[in-house]
Amino acid sequence: MGVWQSYRLRLQRKRSHLRALRKSRELRVVRDRTDRIRPKDIIVFSTLRNEDIRLPYFLQYYRDLGVNHFIIVDNDSDDGGCEYLAGQPDVSLWTTTASYRRARFGVDWLNYLQRKHGHGHWTLVVDPDEFFVFPFSDTRSISALTDWLEASEIRSFSAMLLDMYPKGRIDAVPYKRGQNPLEIASWFDAGNYTLSKNHLYYNLWIQGGPRARKFFTEEPWRAPALNKTPLVKWDKRYAYVSSTHMLLPRGLNLVYDEWGGEKASGVLLHAKFLDTFTEKAREELERGQHYANGHEYKAYAEGLAEHPDLWCKWSEKYINWRQLEILGLMSKGNWA
Amino acid sequence: MSLGVVMLVHTALNRAEQVIRHWSASGCPVVIHVDRNVDRSTYDRFVQSLADLPDVEFSKRHRCEWGTWGLVAASQAASEQLLRNFPRVRHAYLASGSCMPLRPVEDLQDYLAARPRTDFIESATTADVPWTIGGLDEERFTLRFPFSFRRQRFLFDRYVEFQRRFKLHRKLPEGIVPHMGSQWWCLTRQTLSAILEDPDRPTYDRYFRRVWIPDESYFQTLVRLYSQNVESRSLTLSKFDYQGKPHIFYDDHLQLLRRSDCFVARKIWPQADLLYDTFLKSANPMKGSEPNPGKIDRIFSKAVERRTRGRAGLFMQSRLPRDGHENGFTSAPYSIFEGFTELFEDFEPWLARVTETRVHGHLFAAEGVEFEERQQTFAGALCDNPRLRDHNARMFLTNLIWNTRGERQCFQFGPRDSQLVSWDLAKDPNAQINVITGAWSIPLFLSNRNFSQIRAEAAELQRIESEHLEALRSYWAKARVRIWTLAEFVESPMEALQTVLDEMGHKTRRSVTEAPRMVDLTGFAQFLQNLKNQGMHPYLMGDFPTDPAPQQPRRQQRKPYLVR
Repeated sequence: MGVWQSYRLRLQRKRSHLRALRKSRELRVVRDRTDRIRPKDIIVFSTLRNEDIRLPYFLQYYRDLGVNHFIIVDNDSDDGGCEYLAGQPDVSLWTTTASYRRARFGVDWLNYLQRKHGHGHWTLVVDPDEFFVFPFSDTRSISALTDWLEASEIRSFSAMLLDMYPKGRIDAVPYKRGQNPLEIASWFDAGNYTLSKNHLYYNLWIQGGPRARKFFTEEPWRAPALNKTPLVKWDKRYAYVSSTHMLLPRGLNLVYDEWGGEKASGVLLHAKFLDTFTEKAREELERGQHYANGHEYKAYAEGLAEHPDLWCKWSEKYINWRQLEILGLMSKGNWA
Repeated sequence: MSLGVVMLVHTALNRAEQVIRHWSASGCPVVIHVDRNVDRSTYDRFVQSLADLPDVEFSKRHRCEWGTWGLVAASQAASEQLLRNFPRVRHAYLASGSCMPLRPVEDLQDYLAARPRTDFIESATTADVPWTIGGLDEERFTLRFPFSFRRQRFLFDRYVEFQRRFKLHRKLPEGIVPHMGSQWWCLTRQTLSAILEDPDRPTYDRYFRRVWIPDESYFQTLVRLYSQNVESRSLTLSKFDYQGKPHIFYDDHLQLLRRSDCFVARKIWPQADLLYDTFLKSANPMKGSEPNPGKIDRIFSKAVERRTRGRAGLFMQSRLPRDGHENGFTSAPYSIFEGFTELFEDFEPWLARVTETRVHGHLFAAEGVEFEERQQTFAGALCDNPRLRDHNARMFLTNLIWNTRGERQCFQFGPRDSQLVSWDLAKDPNAQINVITGAWSIPLFLSNRNFSQIRAEAAELQRIESEHLEALRSYWAKARVRIWTLAEFVESPMEALQTVLDEMGHKTRRSVTEAPRMVDLTGFAQFLQNLKNQGMHPYLMGDFPTDPAPQQPRRQQRKPYLVR
């Protein structure tokens, strides 16, 4: 049984590599600066569409963390973001007009590019509205973390998605280009997350937060997954299966301790709920390019019309990673 | 130049160079061993970069892999060279390329000059210390380890199993008692040369070549044969985590390191510019006290404990203990009351007043979560929606207790509620459960419904409660459980309540000047009799007196009870 299961997963992994190769024909290179990547560089991989307004802060945030290069797939943007990215000295850019959904929500494109350019590097897969926070991220760079992970023989690092939202209507304060979105969306739910384990892939399934609380009370099992493993010492044999929630080989998903201890982990601050969101939700609903036929976006469109305010009196205001550590949303593990 | 340094280098050569210059500037001769795994051209560049320094030499290179003999061979070769070529050296200090002096080298020289016959080397017998890596302690010395732990793990493990199975134990060389300790030492010329020039050295070397992690035991063992004065501690501050891998120091440890008063620290992250700039370039303000690494010790042992034991009652993305490995299912004690709100009209506000704790209603009620004051959300943004709660009821409970650390939670429970957490409550040592069995019948008694409906519901509730009681009374139950039947409780309610409050351990409680108001039970006995007459046997209430007379006078007095 165990051997058979492993073999099946191995086949699945091979299939996703073939699929990534096939889907790579949809990509057209805009600016390839991958020759500037040096052996120990840390690379951000991202796929996006019409996120121009978020890009300057996104790039700045990750440059400050110590990321050396960005590899980005632009899915048919028409807001000038593509041109902006092409002008950045540390960005390699591909573009495509193909279907996001049929590339398994961008996973195939990134799997291809990671296999090609990420081998042997620490790679971080994030969306432009996700901001990676790890233990000591205010005093140590991301290479301190990756050096430590490497010395500890850890290949993958988990960072749960933490939905951030403003106090008041989400469209009350307009977001300005280049601004830190966490200045507006600075609140989060501290302790209403539930976990369960996937016994085939070994990954956790985390649900909860404001989206579950506001939009999925009737069908809680449909609430979006918040577990992510974005930081991986990439090897060309690896593949993401479903967004960054699951990896193959499945050992990479064992980012949690089962014997009582805590492994080190971080958080992805998810600044999705800004004034730009209402527009985005409508657009995505029309395009129907999102997970489960955009069921999520349908729920948001309905939910937000009724309660445009995600804030409640028990919401916490974000201060720093130490606060998240104390609240038990992330852990230092044995890194000190 | 009474102090000489033996330095083992394998990575971050530019940092090693900085440190070597620092030692050398204070007049210490340095003999450097560079790992054979460093390629030729890098090595040549490194040698070139240090060519301008006098009294800096390079020793014969060995291949050094963690846990193998290479490290000892390297230390031996470099030490021999140091003693041979620098006759004025009195103390030899073994350091690595990622070690950094925290105090002025002159401080260390003075310190050693004041203790000219002392050998600083951590050295403890295997029986007395729990330093085990990979499940091996004294077997380090009695088995053979020809395979690499890191690269040939499979062979390593199999060969260990094989030797255990067939009891292939080695004999220790005559006269030595195995000792272990930190591999970073500072020995006097007398002791070190005695070890290196011992006529039996080939025997010892042959033996230690197959010992596991000989760099932590070779000098530590042999020093016991020759030293006149062993001070069993390392002058190098070096902390290890639970995998036996050294903790690394970063820029944000600057103040800690400063206050530690240690002479040398290991291991420094090569990119910790602030640390290198502070300790190597500027004059250091620390003054001549004994090393005092207490605070650093605490921080690192806390880190190890977090990694191995974790925070009790926390379930999160990187901690999902299996059943039985939680080290505490919940993070703090809490109290559960079953049947109290049914029996007393104002139980919740009364309990909150008397105990000054957070008192919720039926958290697991089918219609919705009854948080205190019936709020829609509660600590940690928990939501009062029953489906969301039942989606993962266990974690609803652990989240609630975790989110309210520092404040005791009380809530009501009963057979009308969702029973998903029944067993979890019973098994949790933090739960204090107080049950009045059969109290669920009181609302039925007071309700205005058809008797056939009442009878059916009573049967169902009784079934649910008796299942729950089975959990509470089972072999696995670890909660502090106290069970009364309704009849017992009604007989002396204040006494029972007092027991409950005492058990909650509320020390600063003011004396209870008021009792909660009990519902009027006139006719309840008859109600139970009616149920019996209909063929449903209500047994959980106990033997309720058929004659309501003894209750009557009490009911009418309405006089507050005084309990101390």
